[in-house]
Amino acid sequence: MRTRTWAPYALIAPTLVLMAVFLVYPIGSVVYYSLQRYNVTQPWKNGFAGLDNFKQMLFDDPLFWQSLVFSAKWVFVEVGLQLLLGLILALVVNETFIGRGIARALVFSPWAVSGVLTTGIWILLLNPSTGIFQELSELGIGSPGTSVLGNPDTVFDALVVTELWRGVPFFAILLLADLQSIPKDLYEAASVDGASRWRRFTSVTLPHLKDAIILSTLLRAVWEFNNVDLIYTLTGGGPANQTTTLPLYVARQAVDSHNFGYGSALTVAGFLILLFFSILYLRLSKFGSRA
Amino acid sequence: MTETLTRPPVNTPPPPRKPTKRRRRAVAEEPGKRWLIHVPLVVYLLFTLIPFYWMIVFAVRPTGSTQLVPWPITLEHFDTVWNDIGFGIFFYNSVMIGLGVLVFVTILSTMGGYALARFKFRGQRVFLLALLCTQFIPGAMMLIPLFVIFKGAGLLNSLTGLVIAEVAFQLPLALILMSGFVRNISYELEEAAMVDGCSRMRAFFAVTLPQLKPALVAVGSFAFIGAWNQFLFALMFASRQDKFTLPVGLSYALGEFNTDFGALAAGGVVAAVPVVLVFAVVQRFLVQGLSAGAVKG
Repeated sequence: MRTRTWAPYALIAPTLVLMAVFLVYPIGSVVYYSLQRYNVTQPWKNGFAGLDNFKQMLFDDPLFWQSLVFSAKWVFVEVGLQLLLGLILALVVNETFIGRGIARALVFSPWAVSGVLTTGIWILLLNPSTGIFQELSELGIGSPGTSVLGNPDTVFDALVVTELWRGVPFFAILLLADLQSIPKDLYEAASVDGASRWRRFTSVTLPHLKDAIILSTLLRAVWEFNNVDLIYTLTGGGPANQTTTLPLYVARQAVDSHNFGYGSALTVAGFLILLFFSILYLRLSKFGSRA
Repeated sequence: MTETLTRPPVNTPPPPRKPTKRRRRAVAEEPGKRWLIHVPLVVYLLFTLIPFYWMIVFAVRPTGSTQLVPWPITLEHFDTVWNDIGFGIFFYNSVMIGLGVLVFVTILSTMGGYALARFKFRGQRVFLLALLCTQFIPGAMMLIPLFVIFKGAGLLNSLTGLVIAEVAFQLPLALILMSGFVRNISYELEEAAMVDGCSRMRAFFAVTLPQLKPALVAVGSFAFIGAWNQFLFALMFASRQDKFTLPVGLSYALGEFNTDFGALAAGGVVAAVPVVLVFAVVQRFLVQGLSAGAVKG
């Protein structure tokens, strides 16, 4: 119904104000700061810098490129595995079996746990002297004193598995929501036609999930790109900046170096990358055609 | 019991079959393989639960012990983190922030979600587009301008400031979710009430709000969990230890008490218990809520 009334505007007003002050204005000011020399620890140098920050970023900062490459690797590996495992998990807990409610609550529960807490839990599990590898070595599996977090060769794997622990459940929840919307008749019709379990999966389930998979993967990719708390607390971006993502690099420039100007330029670069993903998302979700 | 067990199966009268039952059997073919579902489930349960178990074991066994089944259990580590390290204060701060965010996000998203679902208004599509776009705004990258704003407004080291920032970041998604829920509730009863002379507001409170209860639970707990786990803003905007939240306190413990695993684990239990409990209660509403349109935009 189309009404000429002030009511909807009054209802969304608080949201609009909050978004304007805490989301829109900050984005504008990031762009402004990115053109400034703005360092809280060296205020006498502050002033207009033009594109100097961007020149420095693109041409004189190997760490920018390194963090970008690591971000891409992180998102690709993490989201790929989450999609695969999350889909399997969603299919499993969508089946009917005794204790399904409890099983769902249990396997989904790590999602509620913060990145910092996840780090804490996995540090306990992986520590070389009393962690799980020590216990396994006493059973004759592996060698005692294995330190996956202290070894540069394995620290990335540890990071990936740790994030999977709390990431897979959320992906599974997203996909489960969509699995439940598939009409049961489709499966019945398929079985009457003699379709095997695998055939039903590929001809009924997957096509139905296609949109949800694409959209949640995109959304998840953005969220994982932006993920800071887990990497910050587990590796701090190390060793030797090997696990520094772009947002982590920004946070370090802001929190540790108080280099707001350069940090803002890095932020703008991040925004441009994410802008690409948002446009892709809006295109694929056919935004507007349904509104 | 024994009679039924020893009775030869040939004698069992065939159970009367309803047509629906036959159809369900057709789907559930390969009955012998159904237990296979438990294999991946058990593997995944182990992956999920072993880390939790490890934390609890460290939290309740005495320092230096390496027992996997801790007995006798001790509460010394809880005493240390709660009283000496200050987790009591962090816990209080986290509860206050979590409840504050819960209240504001729930109320504001219900208002906005109702507006989106029940009205057509000029600028609606732009507003919806803006809401969607916020999902792509990285919190970490907003640190610099937010820090400047908070400093200017005198909101550093205040729980109010953290609540405001978290509400601003959570509200868009909550609003999208809520409008999906409102859309799923039929408008006719509300209209009927208005025809009978109710104001729109009374009609909403009397007819629609009661049906929105699961939505309020889902959105509210989503907001609480998000606020409880918020780390970066809390780390950046609260430098005084009496304003630390649990995640910040934990990250501090990760750095400072590297060797005191008992204290770390006890702090972890303190941080995990409320949020995992909330989650266990509301997770089925979350699944419903997400299918109500969050992913589809």
